Amino acid sequence: MWIYEKKLQYPVRVSKCDPRMAKFLIEQYGGADGELSAALRYLNQRYTIPDKVVGLLNDIGTEEFAHLEMIATMVYKLTKDATPEQLEEAGLGAHYANHDKALFYNNAAGVPWTAAYIAAKGDPIADLYEDIAAEEKARATYQWLIDMTDDPDLQDSLKFLREREIVHSLRFREAVEILKEEQGRKKFF
Amino acid sequence: MTTANRPVDEQFYQLLRRLQELDFVLVELNLYLDTHPHDAQAIEQYNQTAQQRWEVAQEFESRYGPLMNFGHSYSDYPWQWKEAPWPWQV
Repeated sequence: MWIYEKKLQYPVRVSKCDPRMAKFLIEQYGGADGELSAALRYLNQRYTIPDKVVGLLNDIGTEEFAHLEMIATMVYKLTKDATPEQLEEAGLGAHYANHDKALFYNNAAGVPWTAAYIAAKGDPIADLYEDIAAEEKARATYQWLIDMTDDPDLQDSLKFLREREIVHSLRFREAVEILKEEQGRKKFF
Repeated sequence: MTTANRPVDEQFYQLLRRLQELDFVLVELNLYLDTHPHDAQAIEQYNQTAQQRWEVAQEFESRYGPLMNFGHSYSDYPWQWKEAPWPWQV
């Protein structure tokens, strides 16, 4: 069960209409290492991961939905005042033809989201390493996105998200150690 | 108790910011405790912050309407939950 809370996890402000940047940000909405993939990956792995780390996957997976909402807010605010001409100039002509200004789960190149982005091996170490890699890839993407804009408000929100990837990666690494420790103990008893 | 959702003003952003700050502390402590469940000091900080958070949320809701759906916040008349602004609109 999830309960909705009518607020963002961190403020999202933009200082200008910028559909070009919105097109790139969509990578973190419906891309392979984006927030939708992250949320669904962890929440799906919860069922078969050892009890000791279920809570962590549950909570990080939940936080990812808050990040998804932040990215959506950025895209919405960056495009809401754009004309069809401006969208076309920004490379969003094909998007406009199909979706108007509606958001869609695709990556920056317009490729629709697919479940193939999510790994679920059932092996706890394999799954957690997958999760660590996903966080590091998302962190790298946020850095590229920060580098691609001169909007200080947008950069502020993106930096928050970049830092969250670092914390999640750290927690997943600790989860690996917790499971290794448990595995080690079982050998002796 | 409110009669209607007040329009967004400067205090809306200040209270929202305060709530986001407290929630940041809580998310951080929550994830930390998921991998460090025996840190009593962190648990104490978590519980204290949860109390503070509750108080700020009460103040926010009394001014600007319910933060949560499905019975986790009270509503005045008429039904307040569906009223704007939504988070992406502020």
